[in-house]
Amino acid sequence: MKTNDLIFQTVTKTAVFIIIIYSLHLFFSGHYTPGGGFIGGLMTASAIVLLLLAFDIKTVVNSLNIDYIKMTATGLLIALLTGVGSFFFDVPFLTHTFSYVDLPVLGKTSLATAVLFDLGVYLVVIGVTMTIIQTIGETE
Amino acid sequence: MNNLIILPIAIPLFAGIILIFFNKNIRIQRWLSVIASLAGIFFSCIIVQTVHINGIQTLEIGNWKAPYGIVIVADMYSSLLVLTTSIIAFTSLLFAYSTINVEREKFFFYPGVQFLILGVSGAFLTGDIFNLFVFFEVMLMSSYLLIVLGNSKMQLRESIKYILVNVISSALFVITVAYLYAVTGTLNMADLSVRIAEMGQSGLLTVISLLFLIVFGLKGALFPLYFWLPGSYQAPPSVVTALFGALLTKVGIYSITRVFTLIFYHDPSFTHQLLAWLAALTIIFGVIGAIAFWDIKKIVIYNIITAVGIILFGVAANTPNAVEGSVYYLVHDMIIKGALFFLAGAIIAITGTSNLRKISGLMASHPFLGWMFFIAALALAGIPPFSGFVGKLKIVQGGFEAGEYTISFIVLLSSLLVLYSVMKIFINGFWGEPKPEMANQKGSAKGMLLPIVILLTLTVAYGLGVEWLSPYISQAAETLLDPTIYIQAVLKE
Repeated sequence: MKTNDLIFQTVTKTAVFIIIIYSLHLFFSGHYTPGGGFIGGLMTASAIVLLLLAFDIKTVVNSLNIDYIKMTATGLLIALLTGVGSFFFDVPFLTHTFSYVDLPVLGKTSLATAVLFDLGVYLVVIGVTMTIIQTIGETE
Repeated sequence: MNNLIILPIAIPLFAGIILIFFNKNIRIQRWLSVIASLAGIFFSCIIVQTVHINGIQTLEIGNWKAPYGIVIVADMYSSLLVLTTSIIAFTSLLFAYSTINVEREKFFFYPGVQFLILGVSGAFLTGDIFNLFVFFEVMLMSSYLLIVLGNSKMQLRESIKYILVNVISSALFVITVAYLYAVTGTLNMADLSVRIAEMGQSGLLTVISLLFLIVFGLKGALFPLYFWLPGSYQAPPSVVTALFGALLTKVGIYSITRVFTLIFYHDPSFTHQLLAWLAALTIIFGVIGAIAFWDIKKIVIYNIITAVGIILFGVAANTPNAVEGSVYYLVHDMIIKGALFFLAGAIIAITGTSNLRKISGLMASHPFLGWMFFIAALALAGIPPFSGFVGKLKIVQGGFEAGEYTISFIVLLSSLLVLYSVMKIFINGFWGEPKPEMANQKGSAKGMLLPIVILLTLTVAYGLGVEWLSPYISQAAETLLDPTIYIQAVLKE
């Protein structure tokens, strides 16, 4: 028997975008305010979990079409490469740097290589969480 | 070069990540992992040589000064262990190619091995006690994967026990680090040593040191905390047991050695005496297990426990000879345990059983394997031309110098029983008439022999080339005996 969850699905369609935007906000604000890669990644994953709850696994897998294990590996690779990058500047492993840049819309912004490391964390957290949930969900 | 000593950590990490992308392509996986482990051997050789010439190498991660950031420290002790780890990793991979089945290979076996190597090398190289915890966890989580991969009934049952014990000991590790941080206010090992020397090792700090002994004793299988080891190590395939037996308990031993020679060395009459007696009991219970069983894998597993006791007795006696002997013996034991587990794995692959009563007369069909096992048995027991001899000799000599006559005799007696336990395998398994039911089982050990040959060659070379090795080993022992060398290298004051 299929239940009619029209309200749930309609609300989800709007709420998922709000959650993802909030998680990106948390991700980018990590340097100066509470937040960062870990919490941002968890919140993005929670948006996908909401999709999984509102629709079935097949729909979500088909519409997003992401291999979460590869996503985890990509995140690890990004984090490692930000560390290895320091080899070329003759400074110790994982030395990070930053500079102030005038961006067209945002104005004077500080860009730090630590954000790239955080991007790695962000991808790993999403990848691991979704791998766990999808694997358990698909097991008969 | 500045970043040289991070390479034993960065290479397996990089290889592990890349291997995840190619998890269905076994050919690429095999080539990549063997290239990575060869690179590991190459760079750890360079590190050993650099440390030998220029003294202790340190790397301040992220360019933060010593007590504030994480420091990677390669002294001779840890660089020798890292080199041995890469050799074991290389031979294990060679052994895995002919023994591990395709399902396991496709399901992230090789990335698991790489992350295990990453954790072990990291634990050897780090100079920060909380970072040590993190590398312990990296190592343990990979070992959880390797122990359960293949999900046979026995593996599932034993992995639950293994994970339970290790989760508890990890929690205890965090609690202990929290106590230590509350008392001293620092996590850097060199800085810890300085502060404890300044404030004197009070009763509270001695309690914390004993908590560390319990934590690392659980990881390194010290009496009475070894109860989880025999079952857990029997469950996974031989190559995984070889990796575990050669590497995991040794990280526990390394940590005990580091903590009690660098940080808590001020009250030896209590802490080191306790360690010595625990080591003696570990030896006794290890040999009892080794002579009691008729299962090949069990016998070798109990020999791990005996070796843990012998190495730690060398540390506890704390005389120059004893410490030097325990460094000799630790490196020897990693190599020989790898070889013995490979040999046990080859015998099990040929006969299809690990029960010694069902095997006999293997010498007729596999003479080369038989003589290799004979050499490995002699090396394990410490017969002079082979590698186990010098370490045990120095440990016993140091034990006599420290006045620990009883325990030194226990060490000597244990060699006899260890020899008996492995000769039991040799005499019952290789001698005698081939059993009729074994005639139709013509399993072959092809491909498994190469890694065993490599490790045994190393064992023989290690035993014969002691003269050539001794400057390296005594440099390692020197740092362990005099913490100020380590502290000055890290804090640079």
